[in-house]
Amino acid sequence: MNKINLIAGALGLALAFAGTAHAAGEGVNPPRQNWSFAGPFGSFDRAQLQRGFKIYRESCSSCHSLNKVYFRNLSQPGGPEFSPGQVQALAAEYKIKDGPNESGEMFERSGRPSDRLPSPFPNEQAAAAANGGKAPPDLSIMAKARTFTRGFPWFITDVFTQYTENGPDYVRAVITGYEDPPAGFTVPDGGNYNKYYPGHVIAMPKPISDGQIEYPKTPDGRPQVPETAEQYARDVTAFLMWTAEPHLEQRKRMGFAVMVFLAVFGGLLYFTKKKIWARVGGDPVAMHHPHQSH
Amino acid sequence: MSDHPTTYVPQSALAKWFESRLPVMGLLHSSFVAFPVPRNLNYFWTFGAVLFFMLISQIVTGIVLAMHYTPHADYAFQSVEHIMRDVNYGWLLRYLHANGASMFFVAVYIHIFRGLYYGSYKAPREVLWILGVIILLLMMATAFMGYVLPWGQMSFWGATVITNLFSAIPVVGEGIVHFLWGGFSVGNPTLNRFFSLHYLLPFMILGVAMLHVWALHVPGNNNPTGVPIKSGKDAVPFHPYMTVKDAFSLVLFLILFSWFVFYMPNYLGHADNYIPANPSVTPAHIVPEWYFLPFYAILRAIPDKLGGVIAMFASIAILAFLPWLDTSKVRSAAYRPLYRIFSWVFVLCAIGLGYLGAMPAEGGYVIASRLLTAYYFAHFLIIIPLLGLFETPKPLPNSIVESVLGKAGSGSGLPTGAAAEPQTKG
Ligand code: HEC
Ligand code: HEM
Repeated sequence: MNKINLIAGALGLALAFAGTAHAAGEGVNPPRQNWSFAGPFGSFDRAQLQRGFKIYRESCSSCHSLNKVYFRNLSQPGGPEFSPGQVQALAAEYKIKDGPNESGEMFERSGRPSDRLPSPFPNEQAAAAANGGKAPPDLSIMAKARTFTRGFPWFITDVFTQYTENGPDYVRAVITGYEDPPAGFTVPDGGNYNKYYPGHVIAMPKPISDGQIEYPKTPDGRPQVPETAEQYARDVTAFLMWTAEPHLEQRKRMGFAVMVFLAVFGGLLYFTKKKIWARVGGDPVAMHHPHQSH
Repeated sequence: MSDHPTTYVPQSALAKWFESRLPVMGLLHSSFVAFPVPRNLNYFWTFGAVLFFMLISQIVTGIVLAMHYTPHADYAFQSVEHIMRDVNYGWLLRYLHANGASMFFVAVYIHIFRGLYYGSYKAPREVLWILGVIILLLMMATAFMGYVLPWGQMSFWGATVITNLFSAIPVVGEGIVHFLWGGFSVGNPTLNRFFSLHYLLPFMILGVAMLHVWALHVPGNNNPTGVPIKSGKDAVPFHPYMTVKDAFSLVLFLILFSWFVFYMPNYLGHADNYIPANPSVTPAHIVPEWYFLPFYAILRAIPDKLGGVIAMFASIAILAFLPWLDTSKVRSAAYRPLYRIFSWVFVLCAIGLGYLGAMPAEGGYVIASRLLTAYYFAHFLIIIPLLGLFETPKPLPNSIVESVLGKAGSGSGLPTGAAAEPQTKG
């Protein structure tokens, strides 16, 4: 047993050590959410991703690009899974700059599934100029590009509980984290007070409010889910998690198959090993090795 | 050693023809089939195989990644995202490679600890040990340059901070830094040369690893008792005994590896590296990858820049001198009651330094880093030399087989379970 403890200790320490990388940072930690895509069997909720795309399109896309995403991605397995027809029609609603053609002119044409989602601004400078000097960042991998400090001992327990939704928790919190600044806190011009943004002054105005966006209706005429800022934020965040990690479902599914395989293979190897080593165990007189015989 | 492995006897005519011209099968046979290993090796001895697997895994995933990656400051970030999104199983390749680097270091640190604990660096294994230290240095250089390739914020700023260290060298420092950068700041030329070297160094590691195995096969394995093989009873042939044990251990390691790759692939990295490199925005905290943190803490503990750089490199280089710093006649910590405690304290010290490396360099953290840095060096320069002179070791067994089976069938007086039971348990 001793040696097992020794190894377990060494491994545990190595991992504890690995986790310390995550111990630095500051700010108010966002509240933890339940996400359908969390955990070893997590997967996206298609309806939620479709609603999230609607939020992006009708609110965020006036400021933020999503330039790693192609229209065609929206119909791929593991995502919102719009039908190819829907995606075709959606793309066609956009005007895409293309060219040059044979006569050397740039021209506009309607979008195709193979196009990227167009950006709201021609370049970063224009984006910054239109937003008080701070360009709205691209949102494609936003859900993986932000995190917050978990601190000791959580950064260790997270390894066992597989808590990896720091990014989505933060994004959801920032979108909804607008409130009045505490007494004595002066918010500079063009800034907005946000509880969760590091430093609390964010250039983005409150992006979404209750009732702003109409959700698909159930047969009895009521929206699928409440049309509240809270719900919008959850939906758009789930959508952004998908844009950041479009193969998440495939990854987790493959992970399970790999784990089952390794567990079975490991079990078989364990008994094989026991059997082979039994040949030299116990009786020293019975020990004969091939290389001893000559 | 009293007995030599059987030499390989080629069976077919073709094999005989070939073997008489290039006896490579014989070499492999005597190295990985008939090679005698002590029968009491515990699971710490399986990390060599794990490391070999990880090196090959990094090379294979790396070569395929390189087919899709673009080493240019304007496209590198895009191309990594292209791998993640559009290349078939690109996400798998990249997550295997990025987490593979971390797992490689998990394994190498355990492997090194094994050497420290059981005195594997002591004569006649000094050259073997030094080759290992060289591999560690090459791994660090490789991983550092690899981390620059995705050209995210941490890539860029990590490269800036680390290359800037060389400017501490008097007179030529500035020149060296510009030479490393290929310009006046980290930029496209830097990325290009880092990619070139990141492709090259793993093959150098492979070369040194082969020398490492060669140097192992001259004196043979150390073992948990530290007592050399004295008769055939002390040993078992590598195959099937170690092959099956290594395979089992590797599968356990792969479960750990897969846990990260499939369920938390970004846990060991930095979120900031998903933001494209931007020379005009400095991240709030520039933190290296976890496996560099103890050395980073040592660097920052010294108030003087040049002193910090020297201390950081010395903290690794000092390992190479260990065979001559250790004055003890006994190898294994199993028979060294004091060294055994100190070697665990050293592990705690290294972890403490790792923690501090992740913390901002201010206030109490700085003081703690200085204390632990001092302890780190004291461990090698004071504690180890003195322990050998003053410690009273426990009596050693006469042979490995005696430690395994006990003198008169009583297994009790054994120093550690670690030395005692590999053939019955695990
Ligand atoms: C009026 C323009 C505008 C709209 C609409 C808008 N944003 Fe922003 N957003 C910004 C700007 C500007 C920033 C940069 C803020 C800063 O760095 O201070 C930003 C930053 C962000 C950030 C990054 C915060 C951080 O930690 O750096 C996220 C996440 C974000 N926006 C999400 C959204 C989402 C989701 C929507 C749609 C619901 C949205 N934004 C709508 C302008 C906008
Ligand atoms: C000793 C073995 C190796 C180690 C420790 C190592 C380490 C790393 C690390 C830490 C990264 C950054 C991971 C990330 O965050 O993306 C990386 C990236 C990369 N490596 Fe390696 N590597 C090794 C071998 C190789 C080899 C042999 C090749 C190619 C022949 C290679 C090609 C690449 C490429 C193309 C990238 C950039 C793509 C990416 O970021 O995923 N690596 N490596």
